[in-house]
Amino acid sequence: MSNEYERDRDEAAENLPDQRGRERLAAPIKRTGMFGASTTGDTSGFGGLRVRGSAPVHSSRPFTDPDDPRTADFDRVADDLEAALNALERADEVERVEVAFGEITFHVRREGLLELARVLRDDPALRYELCTGVIGVHYPDQAGRELHAVYHFRSITHNSEIRVETTCPDADPHVPSIVSVYPTNDWHEREAWDFFGIVFDDHPSLTRIQMPDDWDGHPQRKDYPLGGVPVEYRGATVPPPDERRDYK
Amino acid sequence: MTVTEDYIDASGGDWDDVVEKAQGSSAERLVVNMGPQHPSTHGVLRLILTLDGETCTEARVGIGYLHTGIEKNLEYRTWTQGTTFVTRMDYLTPLFNETAYCLAVEKLLGITDRIPERASVIRVMLMELNRMASHFVAMATFGMELGATTIMTNGFREREMILDVFELITGLRMNHAFIRPGGVAQDLPPGAVGKVRELLKEMPERIKIMRKLLDENPLYLARTKDVAYLNLPGCMALGITGPLVRASGLAWDLRKSKPYCGYENYEFDVPVSDGGDVYARYRVRMAEMEESLKIVEQCLDKLEPGPVMIEDAKIGWPAKLALGPDGLGNSPDHIAHIMSGSMEALIHHFKLVTEGFRVPAGQAYVAVESAKGELGCHAVSDGGTRPYRVHFRDPSFTHLQAVAAMCEGGTVADVIAAVASIDPVMGGVDR
Repeated sequence: MSNEYERDRDEAAENLPDQRGRERLAAPIKRTGMFGASTTGDTSGFGGLRVRGSAPVHSSRPFTDPDDPRTADFDRVADDLEAALNALERADEVERVEVAFGEITFHVRREGLLELARVLRDDPALRYELCTGVIGVHYPDQAGRELHAVYHFRSITHNSEIRVETTCPDADPHVPSIVSVYPTNDWHEREAWDFFGIVFDDHPSLTRIQMPDDWDGHPQRKDYPLGGVPVEYRGATVPPPDERRDYK
Repeated sequence: MTVTEDYIDASGGDWDDVVEKAQGSSAERLVVNMGPQHPSTHGVLRLILTLDGETCTEARVGIGYLHTGIEKNLEYRTWTQGTTFVTRMDYLTPLFNETAYCLAVEKLLGITDRIPERASVIRVMLMELNRMASHFVAMATFGMELGATTIMTNGFREREMILDVFELITGLRMNHAFIRPGGVAQDLPPGAVGKVRELLKEMPERIKIMRKLLDENPLYLARTKDVAYLNLPGCMALGITGPLVRASGLAWDLRKSKPYCGYENYEFDVPVSDGGDVYARYRVRMAEMEESLKIVEQCLDKLEPGPVMIEDAKIGWPAKLALGPDGLGNSPDHIAHIMSGSMEALIHHFKLVTEGFRVPAGQAYVAVESAKGELGCHAVSDGGTRPYRVHFRDPSFTHLQAVAAMCEGGTVADVIAAVASIDPVMGGVDR
């Protein structure tokens, strides 16, 4: 049984070496050279080295790993979600599913996020009563999907936890607000707007929450510097944290 | 009809002018800015209240006055240094912040099962002590805000006993940075177990005194019973967890439903009340302290000699600490070992201290049941030696959204009780 499963998994189109290789070469370059040296010349001889970001992970069924109790209900959740979306003829909302570190992530298209949230909350088989908010993450080198909005949903009825992730490009940073379904996301969405510049459409009052109202920029984006001044300590000067040597 | 004429803005300026204007106009609504510097707003919380006489018709919350950019700062330090930052978020529950963060890092490293038993027991013990300390402050500040300073002095006095234990074990009363990825910074010092036992003996009596003072106190009941009511559907919609949701009748506790650090091996109850008001929250917190005492006692029984840091030279922080004449520092034995004993140990020490360890790329979300509710840590790694992004889902931040639901329609005096019963800590709200 498990051998059959492994063979199926290995022969799935996205796992074939040729396909994997092409995906890898198409992935954006994360950095070049070694040791992340940017101020001095790279004398290591590895200047031509190109490190690419990893290709997105597609997990395939079964999502439940019998050896990992943390994954016990993943197949059930995925089935129930699929059934609920099929009933609405919205099966294509979920782009891919990723199982890693004992957590399941549904990567969804942003257009269907609100509908999906409603399904997650109201479908009796799912019943994710609690949303623990939205978390912004900025990946500047993922062209076309730089900004990620990450949601965690918790079902008290079924004692289950899932992650839903959606992306939007820097050029069009819009994600639908789910405050109408999960009112608790009000402040969380304001925070993600404040720090990342993600515009949550139809949010009741999308204003800054932590930074002053007239602040320029969105501080937790990767292109926003940390700032700081060099500090002198016992005759030596310590550079500000974002200018210190970086080990990559 | 002019809309601007029917309220008086009291958000600044001379108070005499406001009074004069209020007396001279027909306006009935008064907008008051309570805080961000006000003794009863729990730090730098700003409440914007619209009052119609004594009734609060609108309550809005302004936060951000204590934003320190901790999450951004984390991205420029190693994973281990991260504990030093997160412990300062909600400064009344430092050990919960550290545990949530370390559990997330450990999940990414895939070493959750390899954390030494003794380290987990110490973590649980410290967290439960911290829960009591946090609840004592919640009670104390609550009393002070209602004008009952005895509750305040009692609460802070009992908390001091717990902080003494923290000081003995971690070296600091707050901001410990004691729980580290892989275990804890050092083993319990001599005398720590005795000190905790002493506390266990003394504390039930102290809790009893507090209960005697408050449980049936008519003044206290008048200020808390049926005040700031929030029912279970309201809690769920607003994402409320912790003592607040348990005071609305739902026995939801992550220690029971998603056990971490071996909580499944401890016997304790989850106190619930269905009052949904300030008094119910008080009762739940008091009962939780008694349960915490039980857990701490079981921790002492479970403490077996053994390592307190993961035995993996590539991850476990190598330095052992010792008390020298000039304070706590690297132990001379460890220095001798790396300088003249083992070349590998020196390399590991050097690499771990300067660069830190690499954490596999990916993301993890770990939630712990902090004294205030679900404290979640979302850690994202790009495979490097520094966090790519760390976000804390702080319960206080989420809970403050309930102020409007709890206060609108009540009297202005009840606003104070409502905010105090949420027990927000601005360090955690603003991060």
